[in-house]
Amino acid sequence: MMNRRRFLVLTAATLAAPRLGASADEMQAAIRKVTGGAPLNPGRVTLELPPLSENGHVVPMRVAVASPMTPGDHVRAIHVFTEKNPQPNVAGFRLGPRAGRAVVQTRVRLADTQSVIAIAEMSDGSFWTASAHVVVTLAACLEELPGS
Amino acid sequence: MTSARISMPSQARRGEVIEVRTIVSHQMETGFRRTERGTAIARDIIQLFVCTYNGVEVFRAELHPAIAANPYIAFSTVATESGTLEFRWSGDNGFALTETATLQVA
Repeated sequence: MMNRRRFLVLTAATLAAPRLGASADEMQAAIRKVTGGAPLNPGRVTLELPPLSENGHVVPMRVAVASPMTPGDHVRAIHVFTEKNPQPNVAGFRLGPRAGRAVVQTRVRLADTQSVIAIAEMSDGSFWTASAHVVVTLAACLEELPGS
Repeated sequence: MTSARISMPSQARRGEVIEVRTIVSHQMETGFRRTERGTAIARDIIQLFVCTYNGVEVFRAELHPAIAANPYIAFSTVATESGTLEFRWSGDNGFALTETATLQVA
């Protein structure tokens, strides 16, 4: 039953812990959306991120997938997810045999020290994955803007 | 002032894999920030980047707020024939930008 004390405790707990990051469950849900529940095989994917980042606003990332990139055997897409950013999706890249090489690079934001996961979707319908852990000393996303 | 820069070779041999590097000036406002007074700052990001090669799509990237400001995207493509590569960025608040580059294939 909700008495006054319980109400106050719940309210205080809710206010004291503002939601900053997505949860592991949200990331798993985002991954399932891409894989349709197909198994994730470790391997074939190389995810390069610095192990330590002093600035979470700009973290260089490179994903490479071992694939001949032929019409019959290629990478269809590369998806990148994080666990502790406010939302789990980072980017989705669509490529194909015309790419020649399955390598993409970009710069990401990381709101916290966390693992990043890359998933490659192959033309045969299989999914391959790799993850990298990044220690972030200055987090992205959470600062306030002056004024207004 | 919005601008984009493309870095790629202007010539290649047929069948060669070339690297294309792109950068576009854009703040990529995440939508998760607030002002000092607590007002939420609306999301304003580039959501989509598409590269076509003589009219055929060869690469596409869907971007989320976790992509850093001034999005840098590098990818590769096979030099199949001489022609034009077109790069299109689109996003929130009607953002749209197109850039082109020509490639001579011998």
